[in-house]
Amino acid sequence: MKKGVTKFIAESAAVLLSIVIFIIPLYFVLINSFKNRTESAELSLNWPTSFPIWDNYKEVLTAQDGLVLLAFFNSTVITFLSIIVLIIVCAMAGYVLQRRTDKWSSWINFLILAGLMIPPAIVPTIWVLDSIHLFKTMTGIVLIEVALSISFSTILYKGFMVTIPREIDEAAVVDGCGSFRMFFQMILPLLMPVTSTVIVLSAVGIYNDFVNPLYFFPGAKNATIQLTLYNFTSMYNTSWNLLFADVVLISIPPLLLFMIFNKKIVSGMTAGAVKG
Amino acid sequence: MTKASRKLYTYAFLLPAGLIYFMLFLLPTIMSFFFSMTRWDLVDWEFIGFENYVTFFSESSLNIGFRNTIIYAVVTCILKVVFGLLLGVLLASKLKTRGYLRSVVFFPTLLSTIAVGIAFSSMMHPSQGIINKAIAAIGLAGPDWLGDTSIALLSVALVDVWKGVGMATVIFLAGIMSIPEEYYEALQIDGGNGFDKFLHIMLPLSRSAMNSVIILAFIGGLRSFDLVWAMTKGGPGFSTDLIASIIYKQYQGGFYGLATAGNVILFLGVSLLAFPLYKFLTKREVDL
Repeated sequence: MKKGVTKFIAESAAVLLSIVIFIIPLYFVLINSFKNRTESAELSLNWPTSFPIWDNYKEVLTAQDGLVLLAFFNSTVITFLSIIVLIIVCAMAGYVLQRRTDKWSSWINFLILAGLMIPPAIVPTIWVLDSIHLFKTMTGIVLIEVALSISFSTILYKGFMVTIPREIDEAAVVDGCGSFRMFFQMILPLLMPVTSTVIVLSAVGIYNDFVNPLYFFPGAKNATIQLTLYNFTSMYNTSWNLLFADVVLISIPPLLLFMIFNKKIVSGMTAGAVKG
Repeated sequence: MTKASRKLYTYAFLLPAGLIYFMLFLLPTIMSFFFSMTRWDLVDWEFIGFENYVTFFSESSLNIGFRNTIIYAVVTCILKVVFGLLLGVLLASKLKTRGYLRSVVFFPTLLSTIAVGIAFSSMMHPSQGIINKAIAAIGLAGPDWLGDTSIALLSVALVDVWKGVGMATVIFLAGIMSIPEEYYEALQIDGGNGFDKFLHIMLPLSRSAMNSVIILAFIGGLRSFDLVWAMTKGGPGFSTDLIASIIYKQYQGGFYGLATAGNVILFLGVSLLAFPLYKFLTKREVDL
């Protein structure tokens, strides 16, 4: 019985700590986004006297001719396109790299590993983008996001390919499939579990990305979600309610994704992280 | 490898990924060695040898970044390992609130760094912030978290840990969950207690998880930029400037050659620290 009591106390302490450390900051942002300007300026946890929720959120969404909406649109398109390209090119690469080992393999693996560790060279990348006329373009930022995620996703695909027997490839070849048709018709569908991991991880990563759009996608019209939020910090430095409303708005998509894929994210992430 | 399978697994499959990776990652990385030795405005360049490097190492507003970056990476890495391990052990046990605790620890990982930075800057406000109000409520005076040059860097590092500990926890959790039940049974027969279970089973057998956490957290810390930029912009003074934020400042100022030299220093530093660390850690891994 004594053990049960200790366990109960320990668990209660853990829950209490989790509320103080993780729940209160959330509550703080949410409740202050519901307040009017004067009350939010106190930065307190107090319950608001009035709830101008609709006004706050409407003002954020319509500020600067709907810049936030444009940013939502841009970020969604960038995320969506990057993920499609990423899935196709990394699945192909991971497939061949797992199936084939020769004198090049260790070099290629080294280059892939380097991409996980080494930070990108900023200004030379701008220079390359500029010389192929993709600087400040949607295509440019999509290719950048892909290039910087290739290592991680390829490693995930390569790791998962181990579980797909070679007999499948050989059977398809006997049936007269060309290697590309065989890959897209037989292998790619079998990679679905790891593809969903790649989708969730890249969606969160690219949507939340601040640094790459900051460097490679500047310009007033090229608003992305995180850059817009960052710029609001100087614009709304006296209107915490609006700033927090923006924080809440942009946190909704990742949290929705989290609720839908909760189990998958955790298991997928661990599979990749531990093996990689 | 037969001719048929070479044809089946043709390197043509690598072409799309390889092309993008080469053009936008490898090529700029190689070019950076050259451009770091120039005075450069993206169009014209003038070769100036190691001058940018000399500037970077000699000017105190630039070389403070080395010290700060190392402190930041080491502090965040150690705290993520310690808390991640403790939370991993806690969340692997049979708790009633396990589902709730797992979600609550993990969800900050999904938030944007900028959003987290904004929220914590306001909570760390010296007089009005809820953190110092809570400290005042128990009769103490809280510090100026982000305004005091001696602790600002650590304050940002703490927020980084708040956001990133969920990832570390999940990795540890997976490592601990993959330990076969027989080990615990053997310990029970030998009469070990809960602490033995942690010290002699969980700790050594989740070694590869710990290595992943150390590597990810350390490299992440060395490359850190956005949280610092959202919270302090490197200030007060240069007390929270990291190499990555210094690179950004030089880029903003139009000193492209100098910014690129910073970049080369950063990735040489990361490689010189991370690759040996990776080798050292994986050599000591225990197979299950």
